[in-house]
Amino acid sequence: MIPVVVVCVYLAIIAVIGSVAFRKGKQNTEDFFLANRTIGAMVFFLSIFATNMTAFAILGSSGQAYRQGIGIYGLMASSSGFVIPLTIFFIGTRLWAIGKRFGHQTQVSFFRDRWECSSIGTAIFALSVAMLVPYMIISIMGGGRVLSDISGGRVAYWLGCAVVALVVTMNVFFGGMRGTVWVNIFQTIMFLLFGAVAVAVISHALPGGFGEYISKIAANPKTRYLVTRDRMPERYFWSYTLIPLSSIMFPHMAIMCFAARKVTAFKRTVILYPIAIMAIWLPCIFLGVLGTQTVTGLKNPDGVLLHMLNQYAPVWLAGILGAGIISAVMGSDTHQVLAVSTMFTKDIFAFYGGKDKYGEKGSVYFARAFILVVTAVAYVVALVTPESIFELAVRFAFSGFAAMSPVMIAALFWKRSTKWGALASTLWVAGWLALTWYLQRLSDPMIPKPGQPPVQIFPQLGDLFQRTIANVTIHGFLPVVPMVFGSALLMIIVSLLTRPPSQATIDKYFSFDPANSQPRTEASGLESRGVRAQQQSATGSL
Amino acid sequence: MLRHNKSGMKPCRKCLLTVMVVAVYVLHQDFWNWKKAEPLVFGFLPVGLAYQAGYSILAAVMMAVLVKFDWPAHLETIEPEEHSGDKET
Repeated sequence: MIPVVVVCVYLAIIAVIGSVAFRKGKQNTEDFFLANRTIGAMVFFLSIFATNMTAFAILGSSGQAYRQGIGIYGLMASSSGFVIPLTIFFIGTRLWAIGKRFGHQTQVSFFRDRWECSSIGTAIFALSVAMLVPYMIISIMGGGRVLSDISGGRVAYWLGCAVVALVVTMNVFFGGMRGTVWVNIFQTIMFLLFGAVAVAVISHALPGGFGEYISKIAANPKTRYLVTRDRMPERYFWSYTLIPLSSIMFPHMAIMCFAARKVTAFKRTVILYPIAIMAIWLPCIFLGVLGTQTVTGLKNPDGVLLHMLNQYAPVWLAGILGAGIISAVMGSDTHQVLAVSTMFTKDIFAFYGGKDKYGEKGSVYFARAFILVVTAVAYVVALVTPESIFELAVRFAFSGFAAMSPVMIAALFWKRSTKWGALASTLWVAGWLALTWYLQRLSDPMIPKPGQPPVQIFPQLGDLFQRTIANVTIHGFLPVVPMVFGSALLMIIVSLLTRPPSQATIDKYFSFDPANSQPRTEASGLESRGVRAQQQSATGSL
Repeated sequence: MLRHNKSGMKPCRKCLLTVMVVAVYVLHQDFWNWKKAEPLVFGFLPVGLAYQAGYSILAAVMMAVLVKFDWPAHLETIEPEEHSGDKET
């Protein structure tokens, strides 16, 4: 019961931080959603990292390593350590700049303005929400499962989900972005320490040390694949390097980029990011492989670390480490809830007249009410729906967001890009998601056994569509490959065939020279309103 | 706003940085470690895992080089135009 008490104390601390942030907050959307764009460098790093790390980084990584071995690190962790900082460096800094300059708080508001079209924003909004909401729901499920596991089943799954949903709601409802990032400081430190502490504790308790166990795994032909990449096809490994492109396209990550006080906050973040990923993933994957020798025959390998901690760590320490796992769950979940609320408030409620009618204060009330509703609905859905559906949806969401990255890159860096190009890419992504979902379901009865080769889904089409244990592949590549390259190609071709936005808009986003920028004056304000009025008249829809 | 700073980066430096990023990306595909478990680095880390851990450090170094030589310094002077709200498109 001690671990549960430790975790409950931790959850209480989180709730208190949220309520303190509430007292510091102001009643406007920029403050509620972006902490008034005042997040400093170190907090920004800790917070954006917490935004992107989920329970998967600890539980899922070790579980996957238990099944597939050390290859998971290169597949998911080091590729993320390469791609994500690059996207934050090239895309995140530019998102920050357009947010700071033009007041955008969401990607959708930027797309609408950049391509002078409300409908393209709405289309991207719909796809983004459809891909983000399952992620939010599975975070609540993960939290409930962890609480239940840590307590040895004394806390029921439904109660665990309820506790996590309640704490996340309180944190976001009262604290908004400010409360969320304050909590993230605490959470990120907790789960960054988790790996090192877990390795130290377990190595101390294991007789013979790590080397003996790893040598034993390598010497046994039946387990050798765990310390090599024998069972990991190279095409699959390469395909996976495209998945981290999704990171910057997740709305909660993009919104975090808007919230930094200065662009220099990104410097430390992009350098430390790969190291922070290593600090979490390396110990978890190593312990997951080790777990195959110390905790044998697990039906659900995602629980391997919890089993090892229960076996080798003192009870109080297992509680603290459990809190580290819960931190990973809730760090991203709070940002997801906040992002969904931000998008509905800014991109739907405010955009379609709510802000004009009810003002800034009314928008914040709407956001808070929305947070209550969305977490309540997510909680109910988490209880009544099988987890496997959302696991699948989340996997697809990563491919989907990765395939939307060419849209963002074109919006930021290519003057000639058009709303029609963006629409074509969006439809391509949506179409592929539907196709992959269909193929996955169709091929469920033909899943090969571990160690067996992939199965052809349509024998008449040869190896075009194959089914592995977990995925559908296209000529051995993951669906993310045609999705990303097709999306980029469509963006280019359709943009070249259609009319670009007005010169005023292109100048607005590409010709602004900060060297000539002046402090805002009434005159410049009037001028910009004039430009905006011109743009409004030019605004079209699809 | 989104272009590089006025003075611009020297083309050769840009070229070198691009080559560096591509090279680091290629190094991720360590096919030569695919079927190897030994040697165990530090006596317990399989070589494939140790290589990829080292790769994470290399990625951090690469980012430090990019921050040093390709930092979009022109964005540091951005000032708000006028917070327009999100409907004024």
